[in-house]
Amino acid sequence: MTTVVFPGRYDSLAKIGEFIRRAATEAGFDSLATYTVETAVDEACSNIIEHAYGGEKRGDIECTCNETDDKLTIILCDQGESFTPEEVTEPDLSLALEDRDDHGLGLYFMRRWMDEIHFEHPPGGGNTVIMVKHKARIA
Amino acid sequence: MEITITPYKHSDLVKVKGRVDSATAPQLLEALNAKVDSGRYKIILDFSELDFISSAGLRVMINIQKICKRYNRGEVVLASVPANIYSALDLAGFTTFFKIYNDVLAAVGSF
Repeated sequence: MTTVVFPGRYDSLAKIGEFIRRAATEAGFDSLATYTVETAVDEACSNIIEHAYGGEKRGDIECTCNETDDKLTIILCDQGESFTPEEVTEPDLSLALEDRDDHGLGLYFMRRWMDEIHFEHPPGGGNTVIMVKHKARIA
Repeated sequence: MEITITPYKHSDLVKVKGRVDSATAPQLLEALNAKVDSGRYKIILDFSELDFISSAGLRVMINIQKICKRYNRGEVVLASVPANIYSALDLAGFTTFFKIYNDVLAAVGSF
């Protein structure tokens, strides 16, 4: 299990991406599966900065990767405002270009590309996002 | 992320290299807005050296496509899309919004 704390800034996203790529590669995920995990984590961290912290440089993102025999678990913790992504609706892919909303794709990627996602609100405040990718279901 | 713009007679080639995420998407938006603000609506996005694109980058793409296609004055097309990036575009339903060419030559020739 490896934990790294990153400043809650958008320019941390490239470093977070490197950290996740290394963990996913070490877990044996192929190029596409690694890309899907990196995307899900990038979207989750962007949401933390934008929605939990309400902007950059207002807190940290603690990122933990835990590999076991059958899965890679990623845990993201922040100390920002609680937010409820469950309320965000999925984009309607059947709509024509001019009617397509430009929001909602981040959570959509997280839900579609990870096998499990849990959003928790710890008693001490902040948010915890737990995302799991099973090795048996490597894309 | 690095952006290189090559103007052609009928279109503009915009090569996007590296990583488009919430940190860099605003620079891409600025570069593409500058093109459409100068009346250039036929744009090729060369993704041959694009490593990663998040929903922030996809937002830029869809909004610029809406502007370019308005009044049938042009469109954004894609060239040399890596497999992982294609998977993201496909999942987002973007492969119906953008023509995708195997290489830049074919994309430039389409205009």
